[in-house]
Order: sequence, then structure tokens, then C-alpha cells
Amino acid sequence: MKIAIVDESSIRASIIEEGLGQLENAEIFTLTQRHGLLTAIERIAPDVVLIDLGNPSRDVLEEYFAVSRALSRPIAMFVDESDDASIAASIDAGVSAYVVDGLASHRIKPLLDLCIKRFHAFARLQSDLADAQGKLAERDHIDRAKRILMRSRSITEPEAYAELRRKAMSSNKRIAEIAEAVVSAHDLLGGD
Amino acid sequence: MADATLTIGFLPLVDACLPILAHEHGFAADEGVALTFVRDVSWATVLDRLLYGHTDGAHMLAPLTIATTLGLGRPAQPLAAPFVLGLNGNAITLSKPLAAMVASPGEYGDPAAVGARLREAAMAAKAQGRRLRFGVVHRFSSHNYKLRYWLAACGIRPDHDVEIVTIAPPFVPDALASGEIDGSCVGEPWSSVCVERDVGTIVLASAQIWRRGVEKVLAVCEPVLADKAEAFAALIRAMRRAGRHFIDPANFAENARILASPPYLDANPALVLRAISDRLVLAHGAAPVHLPDLMFQHSEAANFPWMSQAAWLYSQMARWGHTAFDPADAARAMRVFRPDIYRAALIDTGDDLPNASSKVEGSVTQMTQVGAQQGTLTLSANRFFDGLTFDPDQIEAYLASLP
Repeated sequence: MKIAIVDESSIRASIIEEGLGQLENAEIFTLTQRHGLLTAIERIAPDVVLIDLGNPSRDVLEEYFAVSRALSRPIAMFVDESDDASIAASIDAGVSAYVVDGLASHRIKPLLDLCIKRFHAFARLQSDLADAQGKLAERDHIDRAKRILMRSRSITEPEAYAELRRKAMSSNKRIAEIAEAVVSAHDLLGGD
Repeated sequence: MADATLTIGFLPLVDACLPILAHEHGFAADEGVALTFVRDVSWATVLDRLLYGHTDGAHMLAPLTIATTLGLGRPAQPLAAPFVLGLNGNAITLSKPLAAMVASPGEYGDPAAVGARLREAAMAAKAQGRRLRFGVVHRFSSHNYKLRYWLAACGIRPDHDVEIVTIAPPFVPDALASGEIDGSCVGEPWSSVCVERDVGTIVLASAQIWRRGVEKVLAVCEPVLADKAEAFAALIRAMRRAGRHFIDPANFAENARILASPPYLDANPALVLRAISDRLVLAHGAAPVHLPDLMFQHSEAANFPWMSQAAWLYSQMARWGHTAFDPADAARAMRVFRPDIYRAALIDTGDDLPNASSKVEGSVTQMTQVGAQQGTLTLSANRFFDGLTFDPDQIEAYLASLP
């Protein structure tokens, strides 16, 4: 079974590829470039095409499947056609599957299930990364706000932090938000 | 007071305006329905989200709604279109050298005259072994069918004399710039982006091919429309109010700003303003040209889903081999458009409601009064540029008469 993964995010594509590597008798092709996509698909002649919902090439790909002269051309999968919730789950996870007609559903299900797991794993990775980046930015704001207060009010670092915390508690906000406001105000007023 | 919520899928195009403005100006909340939006980058994904229940309704290409119901290219899923989101609004944009050969850059051409010159250019290119290539947004799009209608009427056979390929709207400017395509039929703001980047010239508006041609519709899965009938009726009323606001010149700038904002089109508001004021700049640096028919979102009951419009789209699907003509399919395609739902939603509002559900398309050549549920409704010319008319009861004869 030949599986083509079309994803402009090469990180996600490799995460999915790694997951599908567990399948037996599966040959995996990863396509991350918009240019030459149809030529690559034509050359591979995949049995299954997996493409993320946010990929702008989907309409072009569907057009290709519609006009392709190949006998075994993939078509969009539908939950009503295969009494299998995994297709709906794959759409929920953000991936759409095209499968050549006649491919047995017991061969598709493990594939889709793996793909969904990998999509979720990627989404978790991304939100962890966003969290980490957010925390770093917050840390940076708090450090800068402390330095601004220390210089302008001639106070120590612990005093500056206590000041930020006191203001946060009295205004029912997080310290990071107060720190960001201090930094913005400082920048606006032409501070260095 | 909003007591129901509908989630609406859309592609970032100017003609997604009515549900967005119904939400932003509070008309939807006022009618008792809260709206949330999901933006996507391909029609396939807008459709998937609709079919799998991520959205309740969608901004959708009218022919794709029919194709999905008939099961063309994927297993059949019944969709309903109770509201037409607008008529026309697309432009035919050519590469600058081609536009200079076939039109007067900066002006809208005469469709027959531009077509005649394009035919010469197309035949010359074909003789040299490189057919002219045109991009459309989707196989099942009015862009595709109106472009084909115009080409064929001008003696240019699509699929033989020229190539027509699918290309996503945001990539049209790059494709024109790189020579990957020679022309396109795409919705705003993408033709204006081509002009602004000076990679293409607008030569015609789709309204010049069919003056009152159906474009996007509100698409809903049939069972969902039945389940949430009241919420959709409220949405229809809210979108009629949004349309009234949209066509008032006093609101153009504000609506351009809202539509261009990051959650919606995330586009240049100056370009959006050109489309909604029907004043496109056709060639880089030229003065804007006013074409009142450019996009027609409200007047003359523009949102009424005439079943004959669905029939015309079906006739074109059969014409170009996208499906084999079948009278039962034609009837099924016509039933995708739901004037009954539209009328029921607006019956107590005093709005224009035609009595008929179907008409002979292209037959109105001057201002004409038609029967309405209250008084009469005046329709202006709705002609096809070649003067042909389309009778939805005579699809086979019509197909036989076409070039």
C-alpha cells in the first residue's frame, strides 16, 4: 500500500511519517512542496493520500483526482460509506483522507487511527512550544519591568518585584500583565 | 437576544460579506441568532467542515453545493441553499501582455469584441504548441462555468483550444506573475491584488457575461436545516438587513474596514473598498471604473434562490462533461435551491418576495415588473452577453443549441 502525506509543515509530515512507519507493507511518501505536487502524485500513484485540512492545495488535488485518467484514483472518504467513526475523527484531528475505491476498510482503519494520533501529538507539541515561548516572553517582561522600577524609583530588585505583585493583586491581574503594561508605558514615554 | 448559535464556514473573499456584517452590525443578535465563524483556505475544507458538523452553514460555491448533492467526485450528501449570498463579483484578469493584445487596459471591454481578439491569440498560441492556460478557483464553480460560457460563445473551445486549471485564489497573482497561467476568473479581492502588484489587467467582469448570474450561496446540510429551521430563518432575515447596509454608499468605508480586518479577509481595506463600491481599478495606476452590476448583493431580491439559476448551473455541468445529463438529476439540482425557506423566513418583513420560483434566465431585457407576494417587484435586465435565453424546462434543447 502506497501512502502519500501532503503537508506543508515538514515537521508534522515527518511526525506522521514516523508513526505510519509502524504499518506493515506500507510505503510512505512525504510531499511538503506545493510546486510539482501533482507531478509527484502522478509518479507515486498512491492508494491513500493524507492531506491536512489547512492545506491550500486541496482543491487543486481534488481537481486532479477528478480528471485523472488513472483507473484507481483516490476519492474523499466519507463516514456514511464506511460505518467507521475514524473518518469523522480524522477530520476532527485536522486531516482529510483520499483512498482508492475498493481498498478494504480493515486496512484503512489502523492507518487513519495512527495518523490521528500523530496529528494530536503534533498539536500537543505545538501548544507546549507556544506555552514555553509565552512563558519566556513573560519572564522577559517581568525582568525588564523590574529594571525600569529599580532605576526610576531607586529601589532594590526584591522591592521592585514586590511592587509588581502588590499592583497585580490590587487590580486582580497577573504579574506578567502588569509587567507588560509597565514596559509598554516606559516604551511609549520614550524610555531606553 | 440571541438564543441559538450558528457556526458559519467561509473562505476569505469579499462575497462572504453578508453573514459577517450580519454579525458585526448586530443584526443577527437582534434577530435571535448568535454567529461564530470558521475561516479556511480551500473549498474542500469548507465543505468537509460542513458535512462533518464543524459548521452549521457555509459560504459556498453554488455549483459545488449542487455537485455535492448529486455525488459528483464524492459520495452524495444532500445540501440545501436557502439564500444566495450574491450575484457575480468575479473578474477575468489576463496577464499584462495578453490584456494589451485583446483589450484596452484600464477599461472594461465588450465581451464579444475581447473574445474575438482572444480567439486569435488563443489559436496562435495553440499553433505554436503552447495553449493559453486559465485558472479558475474550483472545478464546480460559477467562475469555471461563466468563463467557459464566454470562451465557447466566442469560438474558443475550452479543453481543446485553451487549458483550464484549478488554482487557489491567493496563488493567482503569483501564477500570473510567473507565467504559469495567462488569465484567471477569480473573486475579489484577488483580481485587484493582481492589478495592485502590476502582474495582471482586469478585462471583464463576470456580470458582463451573465448580468445577474448566481455566485455563492449559503449551503446547509438538509437535516441540519430542518433541525435548526428557526435559527436559519433568523440568519436569513439578518443577512437581508446586512445587505441593505452593505449597498448604502455611506457605509462602504466602514464595511471595507470590517471585512478587511484580520479575523475575516485579513486584506488591504482599500482593495476591499474597490469591490464593495463596484469601482475596480482595472490596470495598474488607472482610474477606478464604476460598474454598478459588478457585485449584486441585495437589490431586486438578489438573494432569492431562483431554482432556474440552479438549473442553469446543472446544464453547464452536463455541457462540459462534469456529469451526464439526466432529467432526474436536473430536478434534484433545482431542489437544492430552496425559495420556500427564503419566503417563509421573510414573509412578515415586507421584503420583496417573488411569487414564482423559477424564471426564464436571460429573458429580461429591460426593466420588468414581476409578481410578488406584496405588490410587484421590478427586475432589470438579466441577459447573457450573447443574447441567448435559458428555459429550465427545456435543458436538453438548450444544450443542443449551444456551440
